[in-house]
Amino acid sequence: MFEDNGRKICIICSKGTLDMAYPGLILANAALMEGIDVVMFFTFWGLNMITKKQMNRLKSTPIGNPSMAMPNGMGIPNMLGILPGMTDFSTSMMRKEIAKLDFPPVDEFVQMISDAGGQIYGCKMSMDMMKLTADDLFDDANGVVGAMEFMEMSEGAQIIFI
Amino acid sequence: MSEQMVAGLMLDFDEDGFMADYTVWNEEIAEQLASSIGIDPLTERHWQVITFCRNDFMEQGEPPTLRRITSESGVPTKELYQLFPKGPAKKVAYIAGLKKPTGCI
Repeated sequence: MFEDNGRKICIICSKGTLDMAYPGLILANAALMEGIDVVMFFTFWGLNMITKKQMNRLKSTPIGNPSMAMPNGMGIPNMLGILPGMTDFSTSMMRKEIAKLDFPPVDEFVQMISDAGGQIYGCKMSMDMMKLTADDLFDDANGVVGAMEFMEMSEGAQIIFI
Repeated sequence: MSEQMVAGLMLDFDEDGFMADYTVWNEEIAEQLASSIGIDPLTERHWQVITFCRNDFMEQGEPPTLRRITSESGVPTKELYQLFPKGPAKKVAYIAGLKKPTGCI
């Protein structure tokens, strides 16, 4: 039941919205809780999840998301979504719902994964494009790697792209 | 369901391999279960987590999530993974005689 079967999962996070940050974090944490090795690779907007400046400022927007509804089930029409303040409103609503389930905010969640032994890497090309350096990443990040190095690291692993 | 002799007692284990009745659990059982999954000996810090989980289970009816353990037991994430390497939530529940935890966090 508790044998180490050598399973390894690589999760690529490419999105920088609050709602799309959580699937990767939850799966990574669940894998670690199961004793599975985890490597997380953050590329493009996903880098916002691990940069000190941005990781706790991710937002969610109702625009272009027909699934998003208020907690009472009422949808949010795109026309209303463009009004000033709507993104902040939907972000704060989502933060509250996340906290209710006892899921930590993004910075705390990333730290938790790192403390649990998950490896956290930034994508070199995206970082160059966005003028970011390793110093911009949260303190315990494992480093910055290119796509080819990621391929080496993920040998034999299951890969999840988000 | 399966039966297994642990610490001189014949115990029932559920289909997940966890103790079927947490009330028959004792410290000697915990030590043997721990040693059977490679955690030996149980230190004071192990016991702090195990005791917290048992007390919490009796209050809540569910084995605590890791998030709950780290925020309430006084043992941080890093240390918890050192005490119970490779899958702490399940390992603690197993040693503490509780059922398999199902929480997502």
